[in-house]
Amino acid sequence: MDIEMKQVRNTLIVKLKGELDMQVADKLRKELDKKLENEKIENLIINLGKVTFIDSSGLGVIIGRYKKVSSRKGKMYIVGANPSVEKILVFCGINKLVPIYGSEQDIINI
Amino acid sequence: MSIKNYVRLEFQSLPENVSFARSCVGSFASQIDCTLEEIEEIKLVVSEAVSNSIIHGYDNRTNEKIFVMVTIADDRCLEIMVEDRGKGIADVKQAMEPTYSSDETRMGLGFTFMKSFMDDMEVISSPGEGTIVKMRRTFMSHEKEAYA
Repeated sequence: MDIEMKQVRNTLIVKLKGELDMQVADKLRKELDKKLENEKIENLIINLGKVTFIDSSGLGVIIGRYKKVSSRKGKMYIVGANPSVEKILVFCGINKLVPIYGSEQDIINI
Repeated sequence: MSIKNYVRLEFQSLPENVSFARSCVGSFASQIDCTLEEIEEIKLVVSEAVSNSIIHGYDNRTNEKIFVMVTIADDRCLEIMVEDRGKGIADVKQAMEPTYSSDETRMGLGFTFMKSFMDDMEVISSPGEGTIVKMRRTFMSHEKEAYA
């Protein structure tokens, strides 16, 4: 899995590429937490545009970061999920906590 | 029930073998006339079952064995069995509850996905005796659907 992070003011934008399962979940969790703990980050955008598979290990990372971000009154968004990944996100109700948008631009336009 | 084809896998309990197992089973399942969406669901349940074996069955030990057997029966029925020789589950009923997880990072969703995307699921386990997860799903014919 490729993890690309970019900080724009107080927002961390994370672009992921590959399959999000138990093999990569721990690494992703640690990298995100390191950023969230060491930088002045309020909001988190996770771009799943190039994620081809997600299971409960990946969903656990997303929910865990949502808890961290929301505990600091920040906002979290998911963007670009392909239909099969979005189906899983909706199935387990993550979309009720973390809004899903088509692109990063859609969030800027809110 | 007539068995049309089967495959049996044995592999080490390494995290990288989770994607190997789901890809193998997804590829094998494509011998049935099913949709890509259905193949994705099969890959998901295999991923969950194998991850459970590594994380819960073996407490993340990587030098253990996992067995996966997949059978295509009666042309449209896919049976998947995932077996580990790990620590087993004391209370299977509790482990299968949607909100239950002994590992908070995975939200306890594994069995929920397996139950939701398969027609039948059975978990055979007891402490110290390992765990066998048996799942079955019959796919509708998309040929008939196309003519409907």
